[in-house]
Amino acid sequence: MTEQRSTSALLYLSGVTVSFDGFKALNNLSLLVEPGEMRAIIGPNGAGKTTMMDVVTGKTRPDSGEVVFDGKSDLTKLDEAHIATLGIGRKFQKPTVFESHTVRDNLLLALAGLRSWYKLLLAAPTRAENARLDEILTIIRMTEQQHMPAARLSHGQKQWLEIGMLLAQDPKLLLVDEPVAGMTDVETETTAQVLREINKTHSVVVVEHDMSFVRALGVKVTVLHEGSMLAEGTLDQVSADPRVVEVYLGR
Amino acid sequence: MITRFLVQGMDRNLRLFILLVLAVGIALPLLNQLVPPGNPFHVPAWVMQLIGKYLCYALLALALDLVWGYCGILSLGHGAFFALGGYCMGMYLMRQIGSRGVYGNPLLPDFMVFLNYKQLPWFWHGFDQFWFAAIMIVLVPSVLAFALGWFAFRSRVTGVYLSIITQAMTFALMLAFFRNDMGLGGNNGLTDFKDILGFPVQSDATRGILCFVSALALALGLVASAAVVSSRFGKALTAVRDAESRMRFLGYRVEGYKLFVFVLSAAMAGIAGAIYVPQVGIINPSEFSPANSIEAVLWVAVGGRGTLIGPVIGAFIVNFGKTWLTGALPEVWLFALGALFIVVTLLLPKGVVGLWGQIKTRSRERRARAPA
Amino acid sequence: MSFLRLLAVLLSALASVSIAATALSADIQALVTNLTAGGLSDREAAVTALAASGDARAAPVLEALGAGQLYVRSADKVIVIGKGSGANIALVEAVSGKDAGTAPESALERVRVNNRLRGVIEGAVGSLTLMSPDIRVRRGAAESLLKRPDPAALGPLDAAIAAEKDTRVKQAFQEARAAVVLASDATSQQKIDAIAVLRDRGDREALGVLQGAVNRATDPAVKAASEAGAESVRQTLAAWGAAQNVWYGISLGSVLLLAAIGLAITFGTMGVINMAHGEMVMLGAYTTFVVQEIIRTSAPHLFDVSLLIALPLAFVVAGGIGILIERGIIRFLYGRPLDTLLATWGLSLVLQQAVRSIFGSSNREVGAPSWMSGTFQVGQLNITYGRLWIVIFSLVVFVALIMLLRKTPMGLYMRAVTQNRPMASAMGIRTPRVDALTFGLGSGIAGLAGVALSQIDNVSPNLGQGYIIDSFMVVVFGGVGNLFGTLVGALTLGVVNKFLEPYAGAVLGKILVLVFIILFIQRRPRGLFALKGRSVE
Repeated sequence: MTEQRSTSALLYLSGVTVSFDGFKALNNLSLLVEPGEMRAIIGPNGAGKTTMMDVVTGKTRPDSGEVVFDGKSDLTKLDEAHIATLGIGRKFQKPTVFESHTVRDNLLLALAGLRSWYKLLLAAPTRAENARLDEILTIIRMTEQQHMPAARLSHGQKQWLEIGMLLAQDPKLLLVDEPVAGMTDVETETTAQVLREINKTHSVVVVEHDMSFVRALGVKVTVLHEGSMLAEGTLDQVSADPRVVEVYLGR
Repeated sequence: MITRFLVQGMDRNLRLFILLVLAVGIALPLLNQLVPPGNPFHVPAWVMQLIGKYLCYALLALALDLVWGYCGILSLGHGAFFALGGYCMGMYLMRQIGSRGVYGNPLLPDFMVFLNYKQLPWFWHGFDQFWFAAIMIVLVPSVLAFALGWFAFRSRVTGVYLSIITQAMTFALMLAFFRNDMGLGGNNGLTDFKDILGFPVQSDATRGILCFVSALALALGLVASAAVVSSRFGKALTAVRDAESRMRFLGYRVEGYKLFVFVLSAAMAGIAGAIYVPQVGIINPSEFSPANSIEAVLWVAVGGRGTLIGPVIGAFIVNFGKTWLTGALPEVWLFALGALFIVVTLLLPKGVVGLWGQIKTRSRERRARAPA
Repeated sequence: MSFLRLLAVLLSALASVSIAATALSADIQALVTNLTAGGLSDREAAVTALAASGDARAAPVLEALGAGQLYVRSADKVIVIGKGSGANIALVEAVSGKDAGTAPESALERVRVNNRLRGVIEGAVGSLTLMSPDIRVRRGAAESLLKRPDPAALGPLDAAIAAEKDTRVKQAFQEARAAVVLASDATSQQKIDAIAVLRDRGDREALGVLQGAVNRATDPAVKAASEAGAESVRQTLAAWGAAQNVWYGISLGSVLLLAAIGLAITFGTMGVINMAHGEMVMLGAYTTFVVQEIIRTSAPHLFDVSLLIALPLAFVVAGGIGILIERGIIRFLYGRPLDTLLATWGLSLVLQQAVRSIFGSSNREVGAPSWMSGTFQVGQLNITYGRLWIVIFSLVVFVALIMLLRKTPMGLYMRAVTQNRPMASAMGIRTPRVDALTFGLGSGIAGLAGVALSQIDNVSPNLGQGYIIDSFMVVVFGGVGNLFGTLVGALTLGVVNKFLEPYAGAVLGKILVLVFIILFIQRRPRGLFALKGRSVE
């Protein structure tokens, strides 16, 4: 297995199994994500999509299996904070920003770099950090609202702020959980654009239900079913797969 | 850098408030000592002592607010840190009695002679030195907070579970300190103090100084808290309070943040307890009772959690009410206290300070609307 | 004719009996008089002689002698038994038991005894009462002989064993005989047989006798046998001691279970932290008090069923107040657990003070009905009826609650609402009503607990406070949201507490248990029987 660890894959999952009270949420799951790749993961409810994200980000420990990031880090032994500092970012389905902080402080907290409490106690934002914050504020078009508490932002603005936070965090790999749930068609299209933009500099894994969105992304698709990989390929390939059709449409 | 660290967090209101606290701490003793009795400006010693006591409570409330208001950790055991600081001070004061006790034993405090101790228990050594006691006042609560927090935060014990654990901690300590075998005076506690640093505890002059020291400690506590909560650390801390798991996924080791602020808070509570004990003249295990800790939580809630001025104001309001009601209508006090808990949580979640802020915003809005 | 003859026979028989009796009583009289003569060493011989007479009337005299209540009246040298002291000692004549008026202490001369003589007397009394018609006296005699074996009693004992009909008393006699044999100069084999008898008895008294035998034995075989016997008894005792501790633990655990089970509903399944839960228990106890007061004044004959009347009332009172609390306070605080904690704490202060204002702050007397008082023994276990009923009651409440949750529509609604509120609501369940009823149920069970606790704890306004921390510990330790966890948690903590007590003392034991739970929660924050998976979040 050591040889495989030194593969070029950015994220490498092999034989990962997770069970809750006898129910196998993940069953011998294997998955490879290459650097710079964007991957869509689809599957019916209970297929193990969210559990897979939990395993990668350290929230859930697998019962068995290997999870390797960047060819060297064994993620099964690290906690969330450590994994995040390695360069794995996660965006939740519901936008979560720090409501009582200003927009700028939200970005400052997300900014890659200082994380340890004793350094933060005495540190002020450096000139480089401030410049980066200004840059991101311009990108997400929120320079004017930068001193407004996040609680007073509209839902759409919160989404933008969160994207800004992801940019500030600058992860090597970004995990995105159902980004378009509850969105209008126009918003969905915009989100797809943004993700493609992010993908130019970051690897992305998107978990999604929405087939039209996945089609709009136009990337390699992995189909999960009952905790294992069912099929992999382009959306057209997998939707032609009779097993996938059966899982989605029933017998 | 340190100066900026200290100054950056204080807005104008807070700076004025700190000056007010110091002014009270200076004015009361002076009015007591320099203005002759009978003059309407004379401050009787008991008022000075009462305000000194309130100032210590305010420091405890501030410490509690640091963990609850800013980090979301509701400790129901902060009275334990307060009491531990108080016991450390009490042990120093006991050793200062020397051979002036009832039994006249130069080494052993009265209760030990009474309980047939042959020698001083090991943990009493060193407490005859003030510097040693001063270190212990900070160290003992800190170490306990560190031990509890280390395990609890790493195991991600949060919310009501943590509250219950802290309550169980102070309950267990209360039971332990009630035991005569603890070597800390059993249920009578430590009392009959004679002098502190060579000054008689009972004299008005010493009381005046203690009142000033209480105000100074509270002012320093406010400055330190302001510095902490307005730093980047403080921003991260409130972010932990609002969305802990989000912070983890951003790469923050949440435990470190919680642990630091919990230990800092315990140390502040310990100092408050230590200054409190010489002013009331006794420390006994009932200080550990869970009810005391929860009452301190109420001060913070009444004043306004998540603000620095709030807990101080809350401690003064509630304790003033307590002093007045237990004197005038003792039957009513517990009803009032209980009702206050309910009213504040249901109707005033931001406390008095929050209410004041609301009134101000509303009147400003009205003024802004008026010319249009 | 035949009738007359019969009468004559009867008369002569009666006469001869009365003559025999007189002769005997004269004999006894002389023996008793001997008691008062001579020095202490003569007295010992007199005691032995009196005991050897086997007369039942000798027993009270010897008992009085042992207790220092045998006097000689100075005026007429009549031997009397006196009760009391000072100027008016009530007297009866020794032997005949006739009332002899009163006399001041100065008019009497006490028959002196020393410790050694007292021992002899006790043994003598033991052998004398072996033949008593009263079964309890006979057993008492056997016990006292066991404690103070008197070799002289061997003869009477053998006779008593032969005559005894009751198997239990016979067993007691045989054990007493074994002790006597060990104290006598019987052969080694007889002694070894006796050791076996005592070993089978296996209690503290048997251990005492065997220990004595170890010290006194000259024959190495006897010494070894008695050592082995003593060791075996020690093990038996340890086993019974452990069993007794387990029982105490179960008893404590059942109390914890009663206090915690309502909390397991409100905290465990609703997630509502109710610091006023202890006060619901307290209200249940005060309901019991009020019911008993009313019964005492208006229907004393109903006293034995007072608790049965109190149970439904306590459930209704505490449950009703619980529903009021939920509707009035808690429903505004859902999703804010820390605020709920503070508000309910405030409520607990109000309830305590209210009860204090109405009933006063002192403890209130709640009596035990006759079927709940007294003790019985199982082997060497002491079990009080009150505790037994509380254990049974707590299990009944537990099972009833499980059945309620599993088998009734109400239970179904409760489980539905706690598992998925929006879905339950969408399916037409009125969730606010279910919340109120669930909370009322939890509080009502606390009220039931109060009825039981009124039997073993002080009924005062502070009653509830003592249980709130323990109850939370039980629920958290057992695993939140799991009723079986609460059962196991309560019994485990109860038993652990009682096993720690002998080593650490009650207070330190409690502290250790608290520290243990604090550490345990850090290891397993979700308790003993934690729910796993995404549903936890």
